[in-house]
This record gives sequence, C-alpha cells and structure tokens, in this order.
Amino acid sequence: MPELIAGLVPQFALNFWGTVPPLAQYLVTTVFKILILTIGVILCVAFSTYFERKVIGSMQARIGPNRVGPRGLLQPFADVIKLLIKEVIVPSQSSKFIFVIAPLLSLTPALAAWAVIPMNDWFVIADINAGLLYVLALTSVGVYGVILAGWATNSKYALLGAMRSAAQIVAYEIAMGFALVGVLMAGGSLNIGDIVNAQSGGVSHWFILPLFPLFVVYWIAGVAETNRAPFDVAEGESEIVAGFHVEYSGVAFALFFLAEYANMILISTLTAVFFLGGWASPFEGWTFLNNISWLAWLTAGGLPWLFVKMCFFMYTFFWLRATFPRYRYDQIMRLGWKVFIPVTIVWIGVEGAMAWFQVGPWAGMGG
Amino acid sequence: MAEIQSYTMNFGPQHPAAHGVLRLVLEIEGEVIQKADPHVGLLHRATEKLAETKPFNQSIGYMDRLDYVSMMCNEHAYVMAIEKLLGVEVPERAQYIRVMFDEITRILNHLMWLGAHGLDIGAMTMFLYCFREREDLMDCYEAVSGTRMHATYYRPGGVYRDLPDSMPKYQESKFRSKKELDRWNSIREGSLLDFIEAFTERFPGCVDEYETLLTDNRIWKQRTVNIGVVTPDRAMQLGFSGPMLRGSGVEWDLRKKQPYEVYDKVDFDIPVGVNGDCYDRYLVRIEELRQSNRIIKQCINWLRDNPGPVIADDHKVTPPKRIEMKDDMESLIHHFKLFTEGYCVPEGEAYAAVEHPKGEFGIYIISDGANKPYRVKIRAPGFAHLSAMSEMVEGHMLADVVAVIGTQDIVFGEVDR
Repeated sequence: MPELIAGLVPQFALNFWGTVPPLAQYLVTTVFKILILTIGVILCVAFSTYFERKVIGSMQARIGPNRVGPRGLLQPFADVIKLLIKEVIVPSQSSKFIFVIAPLLSLTPALAAWAVIPMNDWFVIADINAGLLYVLALTSVGVYGVILAGWATNSKYALLGAMRSAAQIVAYEIAMGFALVGVLMAGGSLNIGDIVNAQSGGVSHWFILPLFPLFVVYWIAGVAETNRAPFDVAEGESEIVAGFHVEYSGVAFALFFLAEYANMILISTLTAVFFLGGWASPFEGWTFLNNISWLAWLTAGGLPWLFVKMCFFMYTFFWLRATFPRYRYDQIMRLGWKVFIPVTIVWIGVEGAMAWFQVGPWAGMGG
Repeated sequence: MAEIQSYTMNFGPQHPAAHGVLRLVLEIEGEVIQKADPHVGLLHRATEKLAETKPFNQSIGYMDRLDYVSMMCNEHAYVMAIEKLLGVEVPERAQYIRVMFDEITRILNHLMWLGAHGLDIGAMTMFLYCFREREDLMDCYEAVSGTRMHATYYRPGGVYRDLPDSMPKYQESKFRSKKELDRWNSIREGSLLDFIEAFTERFPGCVDEYETLLTDNRIWKQRTVNIGVVTPDRAMQLGFSGPMLRGSGVEWDLRKKQPYEVYDKVDFDIPVGVNGDCYDRYLVRIEELRQSNRIIKQCINWLRDNPGPVIADDHKVTPPKRIEMKDDMESLIHHFKLFTEGYCVPEGEAYAAVEHPKGEFGIYIISDGANKPYRVKIRAPGFAHLSAMSEMVEGHMLADVVAVIGTQDIVFGEVDR
C-alpha cells in the first residue's frame, strides 16, 4: 500500500524527499499520520453523535435530526458551532486551574491511545511491543479527568459523580485487564499488530470463539468504562443531574463529550481488534470468492473491515442505551467484582489448560 | 476526634427527576439516605381559596389543573360533590361517558407515570413509547372538549356535550406525504367511539410491548424489587390510597367499595400486590392499564346502543338548548341567570370522592346557600404519599430515591394545589 501512495507522488517530489535528513523524514511522516488519525477520529465522533441520534430515534419511534443539511447530516457541525460560541462558565467556588485542565486530561488519553492501534497491516503510528499495556494504561488514565473535574467543580453532585466514576473504573479495569490477559495468552504477544496477525486465517481463527466469555466481559467492561448506559451512573441524568460535568458548559463540555465518544470508538475498535480479527476480512480463506470477479474484494482485509466491525459495536452501544434501565451504583460494583472478575480468572485457567493440552487455537503450537 | 456529620444535599426543585418542583433535602452518608425531607408548596396556587371566590361552574377548569395528568378525574370529584348538594340526577348516558373518560384518563395518567418512572430509572425508550399512545388519548380529549389537556368537560348534571360523530383529521402539508397522511387518518374516519374502539383493540399489544422491555428485565427488577417497601398496616396508617395501597396488598378501590356512576354495571378486576415494593406497584399499575381498557370497551358498547341526553334537564343548573332560547322566554332567562351569577346551592356540606388514578381524590364542599362555595377542601392522594417519602427511602441509596419518587407517581399540581 505505501508503494501505491508513492506512485501518486510526482518524481521531483520524491527526489526532494530523498534529500531530507532521515530524522526529519520520520518526524514529518509521523506528524502527518497523527493528523490523519486525529482528524479521522474526530470526524468519527462527530458522525457517531448523528448515528446515535438516528439509531435511537428509530428505536424510539421518532425521527431524529432532520433539519440541518440533507437528512440532518450537518447536525454535528451545528452542534459544534453552538458549543464553541457558548460561554465557558467557571464556578466562583471552583479550583479554577484544575477545572479548566480536567477536560483536557480526559480527552488527551482518549486520543493518545489511538497511537498503537493498527488500522490495517501497515498503518500504525507507533508499532511498539508493549502496545496492549499502553492501551490499558491510557484508558485508565482518562478517569483522572473525570475525578478532577468532579473535585474541582466543588459541587456535591459533581463530587458524587466523580466518586462513582472512580470506583467504577477501578472495578472494571481489573476485569478488563484480566480479559486482555486471555487475549495475550492466545495471541502470544503484547504488540497489537501481532495479536491481529495471530487471528488471520478466517473467522474460525478469531479469538471470539475460544475466548467468548472474555469477549463478553471485555465488551461489557468497556461499556462500563466509557460510562455509557446502562452503566452511566457517573452522569446519571435522573439522579445526579450530569454528575462530574454538571457545571461545565461550552467548549469545556464539548471536550468531555469528545472524550466520551472517542473512548467509545476506541473500545469498539479494540474489541474488534482483540476478538474479531481487527482489519481481517471475515471471508478470508473463501478462495472460491476470488474466482468471482465482482466478489473478490470481499476476501481482502483492510481498514473498511475494521470500520464495519467498529460500527457494529457502536451500534450495540446505542442499542444498549435505548433498551436498558440504569444500574444502581452498588449493583455495578457487585457485577464487576463478583461476576466479571471470577469469570475472567476461571477462563484464564481454562485457557491455560487448553494451551497445555494443545487444543483449539493452540493446536500444534508445541507447548 | 472530629465530629462526623452526614452530608446534606439539595435534591431539586430544579432537578430532572423532581417531577415538577419537588425539593428534597437529603441527609446522606456516602450514598445511603439517612433522612429525606420533602419541601412542598413551590407550586401553590391557592386553588381552594380561588374556588371560594367564583360561581361553582367556573371552578371546574381549576380542577383540571390540580393533577394535570389526570384532568377529568379531578373534575369528576368536584362535579359529584356539587351534584350531591343539589340532588341532581345524572342521565345514564352521561354516567357512561364519565366512566369511559375516567378510564381514558387513568390510562393517560398511568402512561405518563410509566414513562416518567422508566425515564427516572434510565429506561429512556419507555417515555417515548408511552407518549406515542398518550397522543391518541389526547386526541379523544380534544375531540370531545376542544382541548388536549384541561378539558373542563364535566358539568354538574352530566357532561358538556355528547360525543362527536367525526374526528378531526390531519391536513396535508409539505412535511407530510399523502401516504403518511392516509395512514394517520385511517383510524380517524369514523366517530369518536370508532376511534376509541380502534385504540382499545391496539392498546393491549402496546402494554405487552412495555412489559417486554421492563417486566422481566433483570436490571429493572434489581432496581425496583424490595425498594420502598410499605407493609399493608403501615400503608393504611399513612393514608395511602390507589395503587400505592393496592401494591401493598390491600384490596381497596372506591370503584368497587362504594361504586359511583355506573361502575357497578361494568365488569373489571382489582389487581393487588404482595410485597408492597416498587415492582409490585409497577405490576399493579400495568394491570390497571389492561383493566381500564376493558372498562372502556364495555362503555363503548353501551354508548353505541343507547343514545340519549347527556346532561340533566334541570335548567336551574344546566344551560338550556340554544334552539329553545330563540322563542322561549324562560329558557332565555335561565341562560342569562346561569351565565351571569350561576346557580345557588342549598346550604349544607358534601364530600365526594372518586378513585383517581393516583388514589382517593376527594372534594369536600360547604355551601352557605350562595352561588359560590363557602369552603372547598381538596383531598389529594399525592400529598399523603409524599409525606411517606422519608420512611420509604431511609437506608436506600440515592438512585433509589428517584425510583421511589417515580413509584409514588407524584404530581405537584395536586400536592401543592
């Protein structure tokens, strides 16, 4: 694929590129990649809000946005403009520096985690060996933004929201980590690209089959981790109004919003990467498709497949929101500590046994 | 050692789950409620005092505004109290119409409750599903009275007018295609009774739909089972009525125990709960939706077969027909007297109560023989329920307060009146 891009660039530009020192070359390409990815993620966030409102609208027997632009497609931009021109009110009793910096602390990890996620077999910003650990670290750092926001606001509602969020993240981070230990055992690497490659060879090789319980735990923990319904106690509208961001307005609120959706997309993508073969095509290995010219593209892997899988999980997020009542705070804790963590531990044991006796994906691995 | 104080939190009056203007001062230990202190009066409009300053008929409209989600039932209690004082006979057709609209109102109220209760516990979709059906019932209100909410349809001696023979239809506009329009208007081709009948055919399916979302939902059960438990004895001591009392297992329903209008001629059952928790009250109300639907069907059948007058023929109390006024001096005088000073009610006092969707709604009137009541006292069921708030939420968590507010079906129009 990089060769294809090179083919599009005129010769003199390539000649000039050759004279640039390697370090500068590296810097320019990396910054360029970061830009592409960030803009891509932010566009995804913008349209996932539209997607959400349309999906929930159709489930709730109503229309959803349909006034701004054709079929309401420009609604996200209208929302952004509205939020940008609104005043950011800083409560007089708040700790102002922390109040302002908290949304950034929430958004930065949500975007930074994308660095190690491979979009296809060559596009990844940082192809590091501890990719999985990096993702785990950054998704848990995001909660600092929430806690600090709740604390700095100096409001009782916000404080309750922050406390709930902190407790929830601690509980679910463990379940999530254990679920990923299972992925690690199956993939044999912490590098996310390697994990995807370990699942190549068609649907039967995807980790969702041997690791199904872990998949379920990881997905539900992911929903809980992003504070989405039915685990949205941190902002539980009908209980603590808006929780940690009750006093935020304008751009500051928009950043929290962006972080929440970036995290949702991140969790969706990660679930696809860890359990559904990432960018791999579900038709991989269906060689007869290659003979039918207009279906041959189905067997090729790539970003579109990852995008489709990500959209499926985003849809599931919205579906859950439209279907379920909200858990109570202590019930979430119970679910996290007493159900998910035991399930993951048991299944890690099962996996160990499977690896020892070389069954399932470990067949023929030689111990 | 520092003194440990519990955390005081203001819940409302500007709060998404405050159901209007409830202000609760909560004392909480972490998230566990120690005490809940409801502050009422933010929506006080002095309805009782206002009623003392106006001729009897002019206060009917104020009754709609008490519990503004079950409008006609409020009117019903008020006109029944006046009828008791006057000794007016209500024609049977009017009684059936009243029963039918009382039950329509019950469905309206319970749908509003179900939607709001669901929304409080986080089941957002319930709210929109319930409002979809409410819309049709609002159309019934509109067809019969001209208003979607504050109908002012009941009168001492009957109802304001007979059921219309046609339903208003949607008009074509640039936002509605012909196909859509035909679909919406297809149920509006016949009379109001046809429209209501179509609704009663459709409605049990809708209730099934709500139940698939909630009744067996694990999260819904975790949030409602054993929350806000009230024992039958305690429920009676606290003055509970309606579904709050029946949810605790006490079979008390004014429609059965002291039948008014034609409730003794229609067939229906009274659902009761067992445990007295939020879940049982939920089940009771859901079953009431089905039973109301049953009553409405019976009323439709009777009303179809039995045309007749819908308001008493006593023109000292009810206005004469327009046509009679054209050549009848007495009718003209009656009309003039009625619409200027109203009618005088004999000295005495009366209490009339109906089984309102929320409980026993009573009106106590004292008349000194003038054309205005000397005193009107409103017995609102919500007030008694709200006063049990602290008891019901003690030891529960913050999120359960919201569930309890929902299960009490609080509407501030009647609590603060």
